[in-house]
Amino acid sequence: MPEAPAGTLYRGREGMWSWLAHRVTGFGIFFFLLVHVLDTALVRVSPEAYNAVIGTYKNPIMGLGEAALVAAIVYHAFNGIRVTLVDFWSEGPRYHRVMLWIVVGLWVVTMAFFLPRHLGNVFGGH
Amino acid sequence: MTNDTAPEPAASAQATSGGVDAFDVTLRIRRYNPESGDAAYWEEFTVRALRTDRVLDALHTIKWEVDGSLTFRRSCAHGICGSDAMRINGRNRLACKVLLKDLDPSRPITIEPIKGLPVVKDLVVDMEPFFASYREIMPFLITGPNVPTAERRQSPAERARYDDTTKCILCAACTSSCPVFWTDGQYFGPAAIVNAHRFIFDSRDEGAAQRLEILNDREGVWRCRTIFNCTEACPRGIEVTKAIQEVKRAMITRAV
Repeated sequence: MPEAPAGTLYRGREGMWSWLAHRVTGFGIFFFLLVHVLDTALVRVSPEAYNAVIGTYKNPIMGLGEAALVAAIVYHAFNGIRVTLVDFWSEGPRYHRVMLWIVVGLWVVTMAFFLPRHLGNVFGGH
Repeated sequence: MTNDTAPEPAASAQATSGGVDAFDVTLRIRRYNPESGDAAYWEEFTVRALRTDRVLDALHTIKWEVDGSLTFRRSCAHGICGSDAMRINGRNRLACKVLLKDLDPSRPITIEPIKGLPVVKDLVVDMEPFFASYREIMPFLITGPNVPTAERRQSPAERARYDDTTKCILCAACTSSCPVFWTDGQYFGPAAIVNAHRFIFDSRDEGAAQRLEILNDREGVWRCRTIFNCTEACPRGIEVTKAIQEVKRAMITRAV
């Protein structure tokens, strides 16, 4: 075979890393939805089974998982709007980098409001 | 020794040639010999270079003075023929357009063949899949049976519409920088779409509907994920992703 093994990692810029993060978060959200549909479907089995399963989620590890889930969804949502604008707004491709930093900024602001309250609930032991 | 009247800089320890500083530079080159049966490997060469030298000049020095078996393509050596696209320090560039002094010569410069196309030998890849995609989008003027008696007139505004995409030199730097193309060799790739754009938006051309039909394929423009590696890699400065986006929008609106 004339194919040589891969060499170094391609050093792409913001566009490549934002695409990779979009893929990774998209995959993560997909698997969450899979589990979410399954556990929600348990309510059809019996409300007690549903409550029992949802009850097992109330621990710090799942709490951190929820924080990661929200982080992934917030990024995927804002970056999804950016990708849409790149495709449908005629000036989008010229401002894709600026739009990425806006996405990152919005992500930071959203997480700054969400994380203290959420982690307070998880670890606060109210 | 002095050969001109200009005052020599103090402590001119470095060798000079024509008043240009020389320095040592190490090139770490990805090599592959199909006849040896061995896998690809890295080899380092250290050569003397001038501040005005490009990566291509260093490759020439190696090939001409150190190791004649080093294989790479080049033709015009001035950024027009598109022969010497390669991956320099991890990014697709033309070796004839990158100055060594701009690359931090204190560290080895990595040079690899472009990704996603089968390597033939060292830095030479098989460009046939790339050109097959190019031929598929029919990169020639398609006109109807009514031939005008005079020339086909075009206003400056109509010409400006596709001006950017006329600059393509088919070096494959864009297509081989695309992560989608690496994993899916069937994807038409940025270069083919850029050259389709050049005719789709040409007011004299009548083949736009056919070309849009060809690119409205599973492996056509919809594979583009707006990663922008192509735009960053293009040695001609073509706004590749923007061109692809314009083709996408023309496909949705069916208005050229």
